[in-house]
Amino acid sequence: MSDTHTTSGGKTSVWTKHQVFEKNSIFLLIGILVMISIGGLVEIVPLFYLKSTIEKVEGVRPLTPLELAGRNIYVREGCYNCHSQMIRPLRDEVERYGHYSLAAESMYDHPFQWGSKRTGPDIARVGGKYSDDWHRDHLRNPRSVVPASIMPSYPWLETTALDTSHIDMDMRVLAIEGVPYTKEMIESAASDVKTQGAAEDSLTAPFLKRYPKAITRESGGVQGRLTEADALIAYLQQLGTQVDFKLYDDKANIR
Amino acid sequence: MTDRSTIKQMTWGEGGLVAVMAAFAVFALLIAANAHTQAYAFHAYVFSASAVAAVFAIINRYYDRPAELPAQFMDGKPNYNMGPVKFATIASMFWGIAGFTVGLLIALQLAFPVLNFDLPWTSFGRLRPLHTSAVIFAFGGNVLLATSFYVVQRTSRARLAGDLAPWFVILGYNLFIVIAGTGYLLGVTQGKEYAEPEWYADLWLTVVWVVYLLVFLLTLAKRTEPHIYVANWFYLAFIVTIAVLHLVNNAAIPVSIYSPKSYIVWSGLQDAMVQWWYGHNAVGFFLTAGFLAIMYYFIPKRAERPVYSYRLSIIHFWALIFMYIWAGPHHLHFTALPDWAQTLGMTFSIMLWMPSWGGMINGLMTLSGAWDKLRTDPVLRMLVVSVAFYGMSTFEGPLMSIKAVNSLSHYTDWTIGHVHSGALGWVGYVSFGAIYCLVPWLWNKRELFSMRLVNWHFWLSTIGIVFYICAMWVAGIMQGLMWRAYTALGFLEYSFVETTEALHPMYIIRALGGALFVAGALIMAYNLYRTIYDGEPAKAVLEPNPALASGH
Repeated sequence: MSDTHTTSGGKTSVWTKHQVFEKNSIFLLIGILVMISIGGLVEIVPLFYLKSTIEKVEGVRPLTPLELAGRNIYVREGCYNCHSQMIRPLRDEVERYGHYSLAAESMYDHPFQWGSKRTGPDIARVGGKYSDDWHRDHLRNPRSVVPASIMPSYPWLETTALDTSHIDMDMRVLAIEGVPYTKEMIESAASDVKTQGAAEDSLTAPFLKRYPKAITRESGGVQGRLTEADALIAYLQQLGTQVDFKLYDDKANIR
Repeated sequence: MTDRSTIKQMTWGEGGLVAVMAAFAVFALLIAANAHTQAYAFHAYVFSASAVAAVFAIINRYYDRPAELPAQFMDGKPNYNMGPVKFATIASMFWGIAGFTVGLLIALQLAFPVLNFDLPWTSFGRLRPLHTSAVIFAFGGNVLLATSFYVVQRTSRARLAGDLAPWFVILGYNLFIVIAGTGYLLGVTQGKEYAEPEWYADLWLTVVWVVYLLVFLLTLAKRTEPHIYVANWFYLAFIVTIAVLHLVNNAAIPVSIYSPKSYIVWSGLQDAMVQWWYGHNAVGFFLTAGFLAIMYYFIPKRAERPVYSYRLSIIHFWALIFMYIWAGPHHLHFTALPDWAQTLGMTFSIMLWMPSWGGMINGLMTLSGAWDKLRTDPVLRMLVVSVAFYGMSTFEGPLMSIKAVNSLSHYTDWTIGHVHSGALGWVGYVSFGAIYCLVPWLWNKRELFSMRLVNWHFWLSTIGIVFYICAMWVAGIMQGLMWRAYTALGFLEYSFVETTEALHPMYIIRALGGALFVAGALIMAYNLYRTIYDGEPAKAVLEPNPALASGH
């Protein structure tokens, strides 16, 4: 066998040298680790230090506790399987969905929910496009408002009471991971959930100071408690609304 | 050693594992009692019950076994350990049929949304991860476990390392599948494609995977052959790389030890890059490198020809594993990911065409001088057609990674069709071929129960795949073109839902293709069942000419 691996001049060929991997599993293991490390390191590591990676933008804020609870329902139901949250800078997409998505708009998303398939439309900027009532009807039975829709119905969302008993713990973990939740935000999480889901009262002003431009509304609820549908709608209605594109200067962020 | 032959006593492994499992059972009960959600409590009970079952199984096995552990060699031949291989082979068929059937259901849901049944645990968003995980990790994973444990023993001419360890790997992995699958139905997910299981399932898988790597490496270390056979390079690359991908992509902080919920440490753009570095290399190393290992053992074996070119396998191995890892960003073309990363991903994806076809050529040309067997042996035909599908989808992949093409294909069903030409055609067929080979070998039967049924399986599922991928090509390209269509006045021509309506016929054809594929798999299961229970025993203890596959 070995003679097939040497050149006619008798010098050891590259094929003979390769036997070091064929005859030693640890060398093979190290060889594999080296080969698979290079690409990943080159593509991933610079994204953490190149300043141009994420644009500097005004207005992006962490989700309110109610919106965060809604986002967790969005993840739980697997909405990302059919809806993207990433508008590409292509003419038809910008006209259909709005300004192309900025990296900054998802910088607090753990995990990202850009999606990979549009069985339904992109919803990166769905916030404010439809009324709360439309969303409520649509979640209960999508075909009641879009007859040809193939989206599943989610009737249980408006009958299930929202559980936010641990939402402050969620926020604490996100704060460790870099989302700018302050101590005050975490401590007032439980009351902020109620404030956002109720008519305007004395708690609304401090809440809006913590979460600028957040929308408070009197939500339907079930037995006096907010429902999962209320939380999900609160999440959907803020999607893509945080950056004011009348003020955004894309020339300043050419990458 | 002489003591062992007279006095039977528990090994350190048996005693240690009983102690660890007993402690784990109690710990899991403690978690269950304080769990934040019912789903998490249910999972804790499953873990606890599994640990208790493990304790009983180990103790029972101890009382049933002779004082001495199984010998490494018997009559001068390695005393192969095929129990775990048998279990994983049957598990792969079970999960395969389950995964294909769920796939058929969700395909029908897209055509007829009433089939979502308005229930949480049957809605598309929860079933789709169940389908992808069941076919990739449950079906594919068990095929890889079974074949890797078989191939590493035969080509090393050594018994599998460890006594309980191989069983721990197989059973532990299948427990992970149960936790992951039931979790999706109950809404436990971290929301990352192909990496949906939550932190505690991920931790468990990490333990199982480390033991898997150790069993594999220690078996290689015991080999009585000087060379490590090519298939084992691919298996090793698969095991090691999946470990790295799994650890980085699933880095998360749980909300509490009593909560199933965790938050991935990466966010936004960086998370997207890490996710698709993981996602694409789950394809590259789980669904490609692992199954190339199967190709490198089972095709030469079945064709009774040596691998076409040893040097080509060296070049294609290193080139493949080096280039694959760069290809992830092609899933993020035109997104907020910086252009330099997108371009790098595209460049390497196109270059990846070469090593992929190097592997295809090496597999196909192995049939030189044995092409006539394709007419008479439907199992070999399945293996060879799998390589042809591999060639087709590894040509289509680089094509779709070109940004101009991707601007049309991305977010459409073209991607779904592409994935399935790889999954059904390549991974499915190479697995079916390997299992058709393995079952008679493992259960010591002369041959399969029926070659005619293999033929039926082959043709039904081939027609199914053609229906599937053609329907998805049409659906994807049509929808992509409709999204960007403009009227003469410069307005967008179609609303989104009009494009959805246009897909309806294609979704029905796709479901029909899926149904044919499921039918083929059911025929296979019946054939294997009859082989195991009614098959004619092989005359001697089977030793199917190892020289061909383990020689170079």
